[in-house]
Amino acid sequence: MKSRTHQLSAGRGTYVLLGAVVLVSLFPLYWSVVAASNDQAGISKSPPDLVPGTHLLDNLRRMLDLVDMRKALVNSFVVSATVTVSVVLTATLAGFALAKLRFRGRHALLAVIVATMMVPTQLGIIPLYLMMAKWFGWVDQLQALILPGAVTAFGVFFMRQYLVTALPTELIEAARVDGCSTLRTYWNVVLPVARPAAAVLGMLTFMNTWNDFYWPLLVLTPQNPTVQVALSSLAGGYVTDYPLVLAGALVGIVPILIVFAVLGRQILDGIMQGALKA
Amino acid sequence: MAVLADARPAQRQPAPPGRARVSRWHRLDLTVSPYLYVAPFFVIFGVFGLFPLLYTGYLSLSGWREDQDGSRGTFVGLANYTRLLHDQFFWNALKNTIGIGIISTVPQLMLALGLAHLLNYRLRGRTFFRMSVLVPNVTSVAAVTIIFVQLFGRDYGLINYVLHLFGVSRIDWQAGTWSSWLAISLIVTWRWTGYNALIYLASMQAVPFELYESAALDGAGRWRQFRSITIPMLRPTILFTVIVSTIGALQLFGEPLLFNVSQTPAAGGSQHQFQVMAVYTYQTFLGNGKYGYGSAISWAMFLVIVVIVGINLTLVRRLRGVEGA
Repeated sequence: MKSRTHQLSAGRGTYVLLGAVVLVSLFPLYWSVVAASNDQAGISKSPPDLVPGTHLLDNLRRMLDLVDMRKALVNSFVVSATVTVSVVLTATLAGFALAKLRFRGRHALLAVIVATMMVPTQLGIIPLYLMMAKWFGWVDQLQALILPGAVTAFGVFFMRQYLVTALPTELIEAARVDGCSTLRTYWNVVLPVARPAAAVLGMLTFMNTWNDFYWPLLVLTPQNPTVQVALSSLAGGYVTDYPLVLAGALVGIVPILIVFAVLGRQILDGIMQGALKA
Repeated sequence: MAVLADARPAQRQPAPPGRARVSRWHRLDLTVSPYLYVAPFFVIFGVFGLFPLLYTGYLSLSGWREDQDGSRGTFVGLANYTRLLHDQFFWNALKNTIGIGIISTVPQLMLALGLAHLLNYRLRGRTFFRMSVLVPNVTSVAAVTIIFVQLFGRDYGLINYVLHLFGVSRIDWQAGTWSSWLAISLIVTWRWTGYNALIYLASMQAVPFELYESAALDGAGRWRQFRSITIPMLRPTILFTVIVSTIGALQLFGEPLLFNVSQTPAAGGSQHQFQVMAVYTYQTFLGNGKYGYGSAISWAMFLVIVVIVGINLTLVRRLRGVEGA
């Protein structure tokens, strides 16, 4: 970005204001550490303790007695990873076809995808629930989360937009002249080119799936929960024991914060690039 | 016809025997495989996305409810919809949704614009600031709401403690309409301001600096520049964020559901004071097993979303009229 060199330097006031914003952004998370590591008395006094205490392990143990958070973490991971792989593969495959292959009806199909992106997800939730609960008998089964999440219109559209410009048509032609089938072309040519956008799509999908709340709450029970479902049952049943409940919240947040710490830079870039295309 | 590079002239050498089969295979590959590639998306989406959408419409005309055997598949015409018009809980939910929607998105987007402006300065620790404001957005609704419920606690919550220092007496945040709306909106604002700020920031960086230079030469101050250059240049992005935030706000679910700690069967507050549309739908079909009626609410909700997005679009278009470009 050339214009950056022209950007105005920030004054002290800017740093003060931004510092305040950062403080507000991070404080609730810090507070979950404080509350999860103190006992009830520590966070109930006035003024409450504002530094982490020594009761973290105790609170975690009591929390684990109430909800199966270990199973929840495994379930969340299995669902998020499977959905992510599936979304990225189906989106790059369909995005490739829609961006670079010519076939009858491709404009109509793209229009359908764009249109479905605008339909609120909650509109179909009752039939989807009935389907899982009454027809398939998938209540408490992970495929009830994985299958509806396995493809997204946004993913296809996102990859298609990326590949239209990023994938040179000559490259595909060359592969064809060399006798590559379109599937081999996809594997050897398209996927490597698609990698940056696929990484962004994958990270966003993983985080969205991990944090998804409404749908898992409908089809899972505390016997076989994801992290969010486990948190919901904690919040529902034991509200007065805040150190315990917040220990649960902390466990729910930490994995995603680790992902963010490692890949946050790319997530940030992805969101800002995505914004420019919007 | 599926041809990738049909412009290539026929300068191929005559195919040696045995290659004919290969090229027929090739042609088949080009005609058929595009459909195979889009098929996984459309098949899965058709079953788990499109079919439920359409089926909601059908269900909304049926009287199916869990507690009445044989009610499945009964056709009641528009009865569910006429009932909806007289359902005080539906109107209450609509009011709550719009109320919370306004106080959670309007200040949020304005704050985001200001924050983007700050982030657009040349900063030391640029990445640190940007990542920090994005953190709230990557944490889950469930965890965040649980944390805030504790912070908003009536007796021992930190927020009441701080307000107490300023002489404000303890607020029972869940109890009142305005207080609960405010608290829920605060959670939403906390989660989404940074995300929207980054989207604005991306657009701000695409504004040519020369525009500001010439405006400064013409004697325009910072505020004038912000109003007459930044805002108009950002209009497409503002439009985008307004639409996305509106749709999100109207489908708000996790925050109001988990904000309720009163343990009454009525999700959304003891007096339904923060029962939004999505929570009411949830309670109607999952809690009370009214599938037909719940579907009618879903459709009504969809209609509301379409209308309100339309209104907002018109309002944002006006923005240009006022600023005059």
